[in-house]
Amino acid sequence: MERASAALREASPALLLLGLLAAAPFLGFGQGYTMTLLARAMILAMAAVSLSVLVGGAGLVSLGHAAPLGVGAYAVVALDAAGVTEGLVVLPGAAAAAALFALATGAVAIRTSGVHFIMITLAFGQMAFFTAGSLTAYGGDDGYTLYGRTELFGTRLLEDRLGFHWVCLGLLAAVLLLCRLLLASRFGRVLRASRENPLRVRAVGFEPYPFRLLAYALMGAVAGLAGALLANATEFVAPSYMAWQRSGDLLFMAILGGLGSLPGAVAGALAIVLLEEWLSELTEHWRLIFGPLLILSVLFLRGGLAGLPAQLGGLLRRG
Amino acid sequence: MSAQLLLVQSLNGLQFGVLLFLVAAGLTLVFGVMDFINLAHGVQYMLGAYLGATFAAWAGGFWWGLLLALPTTLAIGLALEWLVFRHLYDRDHLSQVLATFGVILVLNQGVRAIWGTAPLQMPLPEALSGGIALMPGLLYPVYRLAILAAGVLLAGLLWFLVEHTRTGALVRAGASNAPMVAALGVDIRRLFTVVFAFGAMLAGFAGVMAAPILSVEPGMGDSLLILAFVVIVIGGIGSVRGALMSALLVGLIETLGKSLMPDLMRLFLDPSAARQAGAALASMLVYIAMAAILAVRPQGLFPARAG
Amino acid sequence: MADGGPVLELRGLRKRFGGLAVTDDVSLAVAPGAIHAVIGPNGAGKTTLVHQISGLLAPDSGRVLFAGEDVTALPMHRRARLGLARTFQITSVVPGFSALENAALAVQARSGSSFRLLRPAAGQLALDDPAMEALEAVGLADRARTPAGALSHGERRQLELAVALAMRPRLLLLDEPLAGAGPEEAERLVGVLSGLRGRYAILLVEHDMPAVFALADGISVLVYGRVVATGPPAAIRANPEVRAAYLGEDDAA
Repeated sequence: MERASAALREASPALLLLGLLAAAPFLGFGQGYTMTLLARAMILAMAAVSLSVLVGGAGLVSLGHAAPLGVGAYAVVALDAAGVTEGLVVLPGAAAAAALFALATGAVAIRTSGVHFIMITLAFGQMAFFTAGSLTAYGGDDGYTLYGRTELFGTRLLEDRLGFHWVCLGLLAAVLLLCRLLLASRFGRVLRASRENPLRVRAVGFEPYPFRLLAYALMGAVAGLAGALLANATEFVAPSYMAWQRSGDLLFMAILGGLGSLPGAVAGALAIVLLEEWLSELTEHWRLIFGPLLILSVLFLRGGLAGLPAQLGGLLRRG
Repeated sequence: MSAQLLLVQSLNGLQFGVLLFLVAAGLTLVFGVMDFINLAHGVQYMLGAYLGATFAAWAGGFWWGLLLALPTTLAIGLALEWLVFRHLYDRDHLSQVLATFGVILVLNQGVRAIWGTAPLQMPLPEALSGGIALMPGLLYPVYRLAILAAGVLLAGLLWFLVEHTRTGALVRAGASNAPMVAALGVDIRRLFTVVFAFGAMLAGFAGVMAAPILSVEPGMGDSLLILAFVVIVIGGIGSVRGALMSALLVGLIETLGKSLMPDLMRLFLDPSAARQAGAALASMLVYIAMAAILAVRPQGLFPARAG
Repeated sequence: MADGGPVLELRGLRKRFGGLAVTDDVSLAVAPGAIHAVIGPNGAGKTTLVHQISGLLAPDSGRVLFAGEDVTALPMHRRARLGLARTFQITSVVPGFSALENAALAVQARSGSSFRLLRPAAGQLALDDPAMEALEAVGLADRARTPAGALSHGERRQLELAVALAMRPRLLLLDEPLAGAGPEEAERLVGVLSGLRGRYAILLVEHDMPAVFALADGISVLVYGRVVATGPPAAIRANPEVRAAYLGEDDAA
């Protein structure tokens, strides 16, 4: 009983966020454009959650997480070009392609650590970006337009705004739950311990490498799934999916809500997608406002948004 | 593929490598001394190019552009250090990455706001504007050779500074053991400011030099920065010698790969498939080389830090 | 494993750093159930020796035999799986984990697969029960739910020992377990260690002379990387070479 209520308390931020997203279409956010924005936020939230598992759970600060996202999106393109549009093939296919990419690049990157790892993941991300630009069959630098969305069981469910909203929400909830379970499992325990103290982990008999690599591949798969959905959301895929700025954005989303907090990553993705949208309505040069906000949040918001109340409380008490 | 084309492409590759080195050198020293990863180092290069082009147009000519751009990039670099970077030295790499990423967003956008998105032109210096006959019938631009020469000269100067001056000795010691240098009573912050300023100026210089031959546009520093990361990962973090060697290597692979790969693929594939596969492979070549080198030597070719 | 043979045997171990021999032809053996101590002045190469036994450093030459098997080429985690548990001179635990979870991690390494991705690890009795036993063995059961980072220095020492015990090791390799402990904590730890006598083979590297002479069945004295004497405590205490090399430093200190 006590354990059940503790579990509920722990899950409440995630449930609150998912509940808000579920209610959004009925609270006056059902217009076309807002729905598009929310879908985009949920999709990027999936990628941010997977990155949060890597950064906060496994200690792998990847600055190339847009790459598996883009690989997922290009898997949709490749299958579309081959005439395959069934979601039961496309979505797992995208996840698998991204996982393979993560496995291959991770096998090299995870041999290193710290700042090497950051630079190498960034470099592999750039490799994916330039490679996508050289694929003239898929539009090269100009990108590839999808003339129809992925089908689900042969239906056009994803073409429907509300239907797409539910699919994204359902997958986001599933991703949150699975990542949560993963971190709490035996596997996740070894992973988390390796982040805090790899020497201790070796001393009790685990080599962290395979654990990290598997986590990297699995989270790559999640990013690939998100990429496939993003391709459907915009009905257009271009190398810019893998631009390194997107990797930076994802990293910002993953930590804005609080390092290692999965619901925090969802909140971070929502906050950043909405903020970017709002700022870009104000001015064409919105990055001149967004950039300083990013810098200030890194310098002063050490616990992320989740730590904000405590930080403000501290200021008030001192003030 | 003719021998002439190979020679030209090799020279282009070396010259690109030299530019990479000028950016990578500052990056690797800054990282070596302060354990600080600065994504915004590439914007120094971009600013160098923009300021060089602007001052050249305003004051009349390349040399004025160079002369005025160098102190200005330096001043901007120091201002950034004072405003943002120095608050990050004690923080983890994740915070450093994010905050300097924010700096890039601001400066790239700022450049767009001031200069627009259309590429700028910078005139060649007149004295260096002609071509020189490398072989009968093969004219190579003097300016590109001048970049190569300037880069080699600066690499030599840097080598002298690092190997044969007191400050250089501290930089080397700092790269291999920063706490020890601090324990010796050296003001490591001041040392760092010097290193940082020098690095910023080198990157700015690279930007000015590149401006007449590359297109000066927003974000031009970013892709160069990522290649500079590849350079220092291959060369070994904190090592100037490693940065030089691997910058030349990366410059050659990148340039030769782009021109040779499609031809090479034609040996195995039909022309259109060869063009496609060649272009894709050429974009991956540098990173594959990086992966291969790291697989054998995870610390890079010339690690400054033992163990 | 040959019955009655030593649990751990070092044969002619050598390691140089640059020109300096830090381990110079070291041979020794630890019998099952015995406590063997390695003592020596600062800089004698004790920790380097521990690193070579545990697999953190590779020797330049010589062999490490564990339970009769040559493990010289095996990395640390493989040796740990064979039952070689070490503690560190500077306490090494997972600070964000509770004491119980630290011990459970060690249990996990020897029981069942750790590539189980979905079932929560916390509360698995197969892990928690042996982990709790290990905590009880070192007297830390009442702190099971406390994060390791919030434990006192001495408690973290105890926890590290519990983690080693949770591995059900064949050999405990203890690198200065009493370092930095106050007199009271040291006394408690010595009590815990003597309670382990006969159940585990222990290689004890330690500075604290009274503790060593109280606990050890055999002692090797290491000076500048060389074993200058090996024998039972009484013989070591009487050995003139040891008194000169070792106790001489004590007078100076």
